[in-house]
Amino acid sequence: MSNILDFTLVDLVERIKKKDLSSKEITKTYIERSEKSKKLNTYITEDFESALKKADNFDSKPDFNKKLPGIPIAVKDLFCTKNVRTTAGSKILENFIPTYESTVTNNIWNEGGILLGKLNCDEFAMGSSNETSFFGNVQSPVGEKLVPGGSSGGSASALAAKLTPSTIGTDTGGSIRQPASFTGIVGLKPTYGSCSRYGIVAFASSLDQAGPMTRDVKDCALLFSVISSYDNKDSTSINFKRDDYFKKLNKSIKGKKIGIPKEYRVDGMPKEIEDLWQKGINIAKDAGAEILDVSLPNTNYALPTYYIVAPAEASSNLARYDGVKYGFRSEGENLIDMYEKTRSEGFGNEVKRRIMIGTYVLSSGYYDAYYLKAQKVRRLIKNDFDEVYKKVDAILTPSTPSSAFKIGEKTNDPVSMYLNDIFTVPINLAGLPAISIPAGHDQKGYPLGLQIIGKAFDEQNILNIAYSLEQEIKFKNKMNDWWI
Amino acid sequence: MTIDLKTVKKISKLARISVDDEKAKKLENDLNSIFEFIEKLNQLDTSKSEPLTSVVDANLQLRKDEVKSQNIRDQILKNSPDENKDFFVVPKVVE
Repeated sequence: MSNILDFTLVDLVERIKKKDLSSKEITKTYIERSEKSKKLNTYITEDFESALKKADNFDSKPDFNKKLPGIPIAVKDLFCTKNVRTTAGSKILENFIPTYESTVTNNIWNEGGILLGKLNCDEFAMGSSNETSFFGNVQSPVGEKLVPGGSSGGSASALAAKLTPSTIGTDTGGSIRQPASFTGIVGLKPTYGSCSRYGIVAFASSLDQAGPMTRDVKDCALLFSVISSYDNKDSTSINFKRDDYFKKLNKSIKGKKIGIPKEYRVDGMPKEIEDLWQKGINIAKDAGAEILDVSLPNTNYALPTYYIVAPAEASSNLARYDGVKYGFRSEGENLIDMYEKTRSEGFGNEVKRRIMIGTYVLSSGYYDAYYLKAQKVRRLIKNDFDEVYKKVDAILTPSTPSSAFKIGEKTNDPVSMYLNDIFTVPINLAGLPAISIPAGHDQKGYPLGLQIIGKAFDEQNILNIAYSLEQEIKFKNKMNDWWI
Repeated sequence: MTIDLKTVKKISKLARISVDDEKAKKLENDLNSIFEFIEKLNQLDTSKSEPLTSVVDANLQLRKDEVKSQNIRDQILKNSPDENKDFFVVPKVVE
C-alpha cells in the first residue's frame, strides 16, 4: 500500500469513507515511514503505539460523519497534548506532561484525528531554521544538511517527507509560511483570533496564531475548517460565524484585484525570487485577476518593530519558567539563585537573547524609547494595509527573500537570520491572514513559495486565489528519499 | 546608543538569568548588533500615531466568576520539580 503515502489528506478522507482504506492501514503506513526517517530528527516524542490503538478503535466503530475520520496527524510540539509530553523544543520543559489539551488539537481529535506524535521546532518557536531546538536541528527532506526553516521546521520536514498526511504549526513572525516555502508545502497563518491560543505554549501573545500545513490548498481548507473555532478560554478569540472553508473552496480569481507592493522588491533579492514573483503575477493575470501596483511604505520598519514587540511579550510570557511549579529546576543556594540557575541552564542561547532584549526594552527608562515607539510603528504598519485594502482584495508577494540555506550558515549572525522573515513579519504585526504556496524551484532545485495576504477574516478569499494559482503552477516536489 | 557589559549584567539580573563573563561578552556583541538594527525606527515620526497593543478591536470579554475545575491538586502538582503533599517546595526564603 505504498500509494497511501501519495494520497492527499482529502484523498485519504474519501477513501476511508468509501471503506477502501482503514485507519489502521493508513496509520501503520505513516508510522513505518516515520520509523525509517529518524535521520531527519522530526519527532521529539512519538506516540505510535497509542496511535495504532486509536486507529483500531476507530475501525471497529467508525464514524464517517467526522471531517478527519481516523486520520493520523503529527503536530508541532508547541501544542499541549493531555498526557503526552510537550516540550516546546526546550530543556526547561523536557519532562513536562500537560494535564490538559490545547483547543486546536482538541478540535482535531473531536473530528476523528489521531495523534502520531510531537514534532520538533525551534525552542519556544524562536528561530527561522529549527537550529535552536534543545532536541537538535531538523534536516530538510529537500537536501542533506539543509534547514527546513523554522520555527515549525519539524512540521514542515515531516509533512514534506511524508511522515504525516498533514500537520499544524504556529506562526508568530513567519514560522508556518517560511518553512512551508523552504520545503515545498502549503502553510496558512490565519487571522489573529481565528484559532484559539489556549494550550499553545506562549511566545508573543499578540502575534501567535496556529495554522494548517498541508500538501495542497484543498487539504489546507479542510484542516483549517477543523481548527478554527471560537473559544472562551482564549480572551482574544473572535466570535464570528465561521464558514465551511473546505466546502466553499473554489477557483474564483476572475475580477479579483490583487496588489503588488513595491516595497517587497528588496535590495539583493535573488533574480530567481523576482522571476517567481513575476510568474505568479502572470498566472493571476491570465486567470482573470486585475493586478495593481500598491505601496506599503512602512514595510522596512516591520522587522525592527517585531524585534521589540515579540521579545518584550516573550520576556513576560517566559517569566513563568522559574523552576517552581513545573519544568526543569537547577538547585541554588537561595530562591533567587535557584531562579537564575534554572533559567540560565534551562533556556538555550536564542531564547535567552530574546528574553534579554525584551527585558531591556521594557525596563524603566527605555520603555518609551523602544516598546512604546514600536507599538506606534505597529499602528502605521497596520494602517498601510488598511489603506491598500480599500483598493485591492488580496496582496501577492514572495514568501521568503531566499531559498533554504545550509545548517550552520546563519547561526552566528542573529540579524541575518532575522532577515529571513522580512516578508512574513508585517502580516503578523497587522494580524492578517496569509498563505504560502509552493510555486517553483531555484537553480539548486530548492523550493520557493509565493505568499497571498488577505483582509482580516478573509481566509476563504486567499484560499480560493491560492487554489486557482495552484492549478496553473503545477508544483512538483523533487525529493528522492535520500535520508532512507 | 551602545549596550555595555554593565548593562548586560543588569539586564541579566532583571531577567533572572545568570550570565558568566564569557557569555556576557558574547551577549554584548549580539545585543549591540540587534539594537543597531532596531534603531532604524528612530527615522520615523510617530508623534501622531496611537500605540497599537492588540489588533483585536473588541474589549476583553468578561465571564462569570465561577469554579470550573475542582479537586485537581494532584494534576497541578504533577509536573512540579519538588512538592510535598499540598505544596510547591522552594529553597528556604524566611530565616
